[in-house]
Amino acid sequence: MEKHFTDSRVKGVSTGTTILAAVFDGGVVIGSDSRASIGGDYVSSKAINKLIQVHDRIFCCIAGSLADAQAVTKTAKFQLSFHSIQMENPPLVIAAASVLKELCYNNKDELQAGFITAGWDKKKGPQVYVVSLGGMLISQPVTIAGSGSTYIYGYVDAKYKVNMTREECLQFATNALALAMGRDNVSGGVVNLVVITEAGVEHIVIPGDKLPTFSDE
Amino acid sequence: MLGEAEPQWVSEEVKTGTTIIAIEFDGGVVLGSDSRVSAGASVVNRVMNKLSPLHDKIYCALSGSAADAQTIAEMVNYQLDVHSIEIDEDPQVRSAATLVKNISYKYKEELSAHLIVAGWDRREGGQVFATLSGLLTRQPFAIGGSGSSYVYGFVDAEYRRGMTKEECQKFVVNTLALAMNRDGSSGGVAYMVTIDEHSTEEKVVLGNDLPTFFDQ
Repeated sequence: MEKHFTDSRVKGVSTGTTILAAVFDGGVVIGSDSRASIGGDYVSSKAINKLIQVHDRIFCCIAGSLADAQAVTKTAKFQLSFHSIQMENPPLVIAAASVLKELCYNNKDELQAGFITAGWDKKKGPQVYVVSLGGMLISQPVTIAGSGSTYIYGYVDAKYKVNMTREECLQFATNALALAMGRDNVSGGVVNLVVITEAGVEHIVIPGDKLPTFSDE
Repeated sequence: MLGEAEPQWVSEEVKTGTTIIAIEFDGGVVLGSDSRVSAGASVVNRVMNKLSPLHDKIYCALSGSAADAQTIAEMVNYQLDVHSIEIDEDPQVRSAATLVKNISYKYKEELSAHLIVAGWDRREGGQVFATLSGLLTRQPFAIGGSGSSYVYGFVDAEYRRGMTKEECQKFVVNTLALAMNRDGSSGGVAYMVTIDEHSTEEKVVLGNDLPTFFDQ
């Protein structure tokens, strides 16, 4: 079986990474690890922020080449703020995801970055969208991406429940990221989480020593 | 007809791209596997039992190249029979695992198969050994095959020491179901073997009886 494309084969600095987003009852949790690496051998930064705010209630997290991801999110942020002025309303989450998708699809030969977009809007409430490497856009209740995500597909499939409470969802996200960071050598550092609801946005950082441990540690 | 092309799978290597798992409980072991054998993109056997007996109370789980894995299992089965006649008692699980390891290590450049060896013997009870690439290590549980990547997180989170036989069987079935859902090279039915002092019990869990999850 052919191995999946992993971020660690990206040239230059990559976010060999684990990112995740999940919908709960009333909001959405988006989270990531914090390691940036070059070639899978060298950790170029132990604590970078992979959760980029593209609008008041919309965040996206990045996987793949860090340079490509920063360029794309910068462009997307600009286009979204322009769009929201034109519409005289905060942008829909799907609008943000579509902006990223257009950029990824139209430049698919040059770019090596994938995104998870999560947020809250008045029309559809909390949503999660994933834009993959070639520019596919789909909506899912929970999604994971990045090199570390391979190891937690089973965990996420087994443990995610629709309409969880905020606390349950935070625990689920923390556990999933901790498990992936434990198995993937290019994911690590701290866990960054953002909780987005109608009321606002809350950042939570969980340092390495406060992460949940499992039976083999 | 001259020049007629044969289907692509005829010339592809046959692999048991797979999910295998073995776990120890107090008094025995449980082994599990999926049942898919693929040649490239084709499934050439959807009901293959990858849990192969090496002796009455010692089984191994096959993964990687189907031919290599089966050959290793047959060779070790023979060597264990000879050994158990020589010592005039049932062989230890560690002996079986060592025989597998010896072949895997000596021919590591030519072979591409990974066998997990598990069983019960009188001296040490239930044991699980991993023999990847020619190392030999005893572990409380082991997973292997292409599908195992997807369930590392799940087994890390769910495994606890001191599980009962029934909990272990549930753990094995859940792990296999999750891996089979995500890995294109794993699928079909789930085979399970439970070995303890009193019996060796083989079980098949059919596709529609496997546990389902939130997105199914």
